[in-house]
Order: sequence, then C-alpha cells, then structure tokens
Amino acid sequence: MKTNILAKGLKPPVRHPPRRLKSTEDLRVLQRLMTHALVRPLTPGQRTQRKWIDGRATAKVAAEFLKPNARLTSFERLEIYNRMYWFRLIGVVTADNPGLGGLLGEKKFDRLVQAYLARYPSRSFTLRNLCSRLPGFIRAEPKWTAPHSALAHDIARFEWAQTVAFDGEKRPVVEPEAIAGRAPGRIRLGTQPYLSLLELNFPVDEYVTAIKKRDALRAEASNTVDASQKVGRRGNKVAIPGPEKIYLAVHRLDGRLYYKRLEAPALRILKALGAGKPLPAAVGAGGKSVKPEQVKQWFTTWMKLGWLCQALPRGGSRGSGRAGRPSLPPSASTLD
Amino acid sequence: MPANRFNNHTDYGIGIGLRVPHYSHILEKKPVVDWFEIISENFMVDGGRPLEVLDDILEQYRVVQHGVSMYFGSADKPDPAHLKRLKTLVKRTKTPWLSDHLCWGSVDGTYTHDLLPMPYTFAAAKRTAEKIRHVRDYLEVPICVENVSSYAEYHVSEMTEWEFLTEVVERADCGILLDVNNIYVSSKNHGFNPYDYVDGVPHNRVGQMHVAGHTKFEKYILDTHDHPVLDPVWKLYAHATRRCGVTATLLEWDDKIPSFDEVHDEALKANEFIDGAKDARKQK
Repeated sequence: MKTNILAKGLKPPVRHPPRRLKSTEDLRVLQRLMTHALVRPLTPGQRTQRKWIDGRATAKVAAEFLKPNARLTSFERLEIYNRMYWFRLIGVVTADNPGLGGLLGEKKFDRLVQAYLARYPSRSFTLRNLCSRLPGFIRAEPKWTAPHSALAHDIARFEWAQTVAFDGEKRPVVEPEAIAGRAPGRIRLGTQPYLSLLELNFPVDEYVTAIKKRDALRAEASNTVDASQKVGRRGNKVAIPGPEKIYLAVHRLDGRLYYKRLEAPALRILKALGAGKPLPAAVGAGGKSVKPEQVKQWFTTWMKLGWLCQALPRGGSRGSGRAGRPSLPPSASTLD
Repeated sequence: MPANRFNNHTDYGIGIGLRVPHYSHILEKKPVVDWFEIISENFMVDGGRPLEVLDDILEQYRVVQHGVSMYFGSADKPDPAHLKRLKTLVKRTKTPWLSDHLCWGSVDGTYTHDLLPMPYTFAAAKRTAEKIRHVRDYLEVPICVENVSSYAEYHVSEMTEWEFLTEVVERADCGILLDVNNIYVSSKNHGFNPYDYVDGVPHNRVGQMHVAGHTKFEKYILDTHDHPVLDPVWKLYAHATRRCGVTATLLEWDDKIPSFDEVHDEALKANEFIDGAKDARKQK
C-alpha cells in the first residue's frame, strides 16, 4: 500500500517541532505534527511505519516531541496512539458497512479503509459522517475493490443511505387535504431528507441481507457451540450477484430502517419532486408510458409512508451538515 | 460541596452512562436511576431513533450531557455548526451542566476522534481557557472539564498535568469533572503519585466525578471502560470524595457492556466509599 498518501485538508507537518510552546501557532504546529503521525496508515503487521513522511526514521521524529519513559520509547508511545486511531476507525467503518466487508473479506476491507481514510480523514466532529465519501472513493480508486468495484460502489451507496435514513431529518409530511383543490402546476412537494433514492446496477439489497444473515448465523454459532464447531469464515459463502438494474428507496418508518424496490418511473418522479420540480413536471419525468392510475397508487403509498413533505424554500439546502454518529448503527437495525 | 456553581447547584447522586444495549431495558422496566449521562454527539442529529429514545428518557430521568469532540485544547477555533447543534441539544435536555475533555483532537479541521493529551504549557492553558469561556458563554450552561488518561507526554511541557488542569480551570473559571480512573491510569503510565494529583487540584471546582475500569498491559495501562472498577481506583475515589465532598458520580462502561443491572450495581458500589468519606469528614 502506498504509505505517503496526502491527507485531504491537513496541512503538511513541520520538519522539527517547536522547542518551546509560546503561542497558539506553536500549539497548532505541534498538534499538526502529532495528527500526521496518528493518521499515517499502519504496516501490514499493524505497526507504526518505521519511516516518516520525509524518509527519516519515525523513531527519530517521535523522539523530538514525545518523552520516553522507563518502559516505552517515544516511538512506542506514539505507536499506541497510531494503532488506537486505526483500530477505532476501522471498527466504525466495519460496523457501518457489513455488506462491503462481507464482499471484500477482512484484509482487503481493512486495506480499503486505510487507503480511504488516509486520503479522506474525518472532517466531521463525530464519526457519523465517516463513510460519506466512501462511495466516491471506491469509484475514483477502483484498485482497492477490484475485481468487484462496481458492486462495491453500489453496496457502499446502499450502506451510506442507511446511515442517512437512520438519523436524517424528518420534515412535516404533506397531508392530502393540504393540497386538495390547488392547481397542480402550483403544487411543489419535497421528499424527506432521510429518504435515499438509488439507481443501482446490482441487487445489493438481497446480497447485503444474505451477508447479514450469514454473519448472524456465525455469531449465533460462536455463542452456542465450542470453537471447533464454529462456522468457518470460508464456509457459507454468499454468491456474488450478477448485474441487475434495480431502483431502491432506503427510508425509515416508526424509527426502523427499511428499503423498498421501486419501478424506474416511480424513482424518476420521486427524484424530480426532491429536486423541487412542480407536480406536473415531476410526474412527467416518469415518462409517457406511466398510467395515471399507477401514479395515483404510487402517491397514495408514498404519502402513507410519509415520504412526501413540504418542499424546501428555493435555495434551501437538504440536511444541515450531517452531524452525530448514530447511537444505533444501521447494522443493528431492523433493515432486512 | 456537592452542589456548586459548576454543576448548577445540583445534588445528583450516582448515575450511569446511557448506552444502546440498555435502551429497551430502561424504557420497558423503568429502573430507578439517579441520572443518566449521555454522549452529546450521539444525539446531535437531525432526527430518527436517537432523538425519539432521548425524548422518552427525558420524560422520566435526569440527563447530563458529556461531550467527546469539543476539543477545548485544539488550536483551532470551535466549529460554529458544532456549537449550534450542541446548543440545540442543551435546550432539549436542559442539562444542568455540560462536560467535555481537557484535551485536543483536531487540527486544520481534521478530526482524530481521540482524546489526545495536551502539552502542559502556559500558552496552551491560556488558549484552552479562552475556548472554554467562549463555549460556555455561547451555550449558557456551566462547564466542567474532564482530565483524560494518556500514554504520552511532550518535551515542551512546563508543569505537571494537575498544575495544568488547575491553570486552565482558574483562568476559565469553570468546573472539573474529576475522572479518578484516568488519574490512576496516567499515574501508572507516567510514574506520578495519583494522590498528589487529587490533592493538587482545586477541590471547590469539582462538579462531577467519573469512575471506570481499565486494562493492564505489560508496559502500560489502557483506559478501556470494559471492566468493573478496580480496587485502587475505588480507593482513589474515596480519597477524592473525602477531599472534594460527596459529588455527582458516574460509572463509565462503554465496551463489552454487561446487563443494565450489572452496570448499575457496579456504579452503586460508590455508595460504600461515599459513606466512608462522610464518616471520615465527621470524625474531623
């Protein structure tokens, strides 16, 4: 793995730390140096890299700003933090992406996560947003997920949509009476911020469900039988699906996560509504083959599910910075 | 000294952290608990189950907010979006005080999601105190800063950790969330006497205490929060209670979380030491 990936947003470290800390700028310089040391990927043996960014020995760099003690060198003390950083973040990404982890297997998944976070360290004050750029990274750097990059990309989108559905904003739903009697051309509806509408090239809903069921079985086995009878990691392989176009809504209802397959025109209509188009234009986005009875039935269902809300004012943004890590990770939800 | 201006003149008793595996038990069985501490960031979201659960809890229990990402010690300015969300949550929970850590964890807008030790210098103390004041004034709620456990120290440090803590809280005029487990862990990792630490902080500023379990490795101790509290930590807690008075106390248990009853029973062990501390103070 390339070990000197430039972390987005983090300025380069100084060559030598300040000898005395007399100002906020000195503090920033020291903190930047330490941060570079923390976010540097681990070796394949999960240790701190021996060489620093500029080729010097990391031990020498660490000794310049961290004290040793009787039992640990400066390097070893730094390594505690470097390892904790990666173990923590890999754990979070793993919990949020059971399907992707199942597809890639543990080692390959860990390499993907390290490459991803080395490029895109967290820019949010909580871990909730950690995977927001993962689908884009998979598409930009397919080597980490080859030969299943297209599938991995779809799975990452599906799993990020679950995070959004879990704790995304819910806007007031539109009741039929509120729009009854209004000229259709003047009606603008929005879609709930927690609702994700995905056009996917693989049946990832079925695949991720199968992975979760397999992993649940393994967990069950490990709790009920002795180690020699555990379901092996290689056992119960879930077949990798072939390409199949699907249209998916990922949403929540009564605090629980769900997904629902849609027909292509239905997805187009919902996307058009979400984009702020007036009702007739949004319905028109469904295409000429769509029958009015179908549209009526779809709208009835969407309103029952609470997907339609008041449109945001023009220029309004969806969501508001996305903060907070879910207390209940999507992997522990009822989406199945 | 239990009720002071740093915990908004409350006397909360013994609480535990509100954690996901206990949600159903708490909501269904409604056990008697003095108070719950919530991790603020888990509820600084736009909607969904976290806020629904929180609202149910708030109907029946007292809740105090504890943050993990304000990073008072980071050189960066506080993120206005973060503060805005935090204030929204403060209004929702009506937390009597709010705590976060005396540490740093972000720079240039990049977050490590760790509680990293400060360089113990006067310049860092000044900057940290400024940020605490800024956050407190914005949130309009008393703030207690918590000492963290650490595994490294910087060459540039100019004082001990407890001197630094004192310097910061005096400058910021804020409270202390005294984590006695963290003191114990750091004392072993850095070779100082944990009783010197407890004796060295301004006791009148302690608004809350934390106890927790830790894990011993060959060359260092990690603050893992995945065990019952160990005896040396309880002894240190008893000493701190004698010094500071009976203070709102919370047990942290964040990994390998056992049943609600087991966690709560562990927390209630604090009563034994509180009684002992009360007796000791009476004898004085």
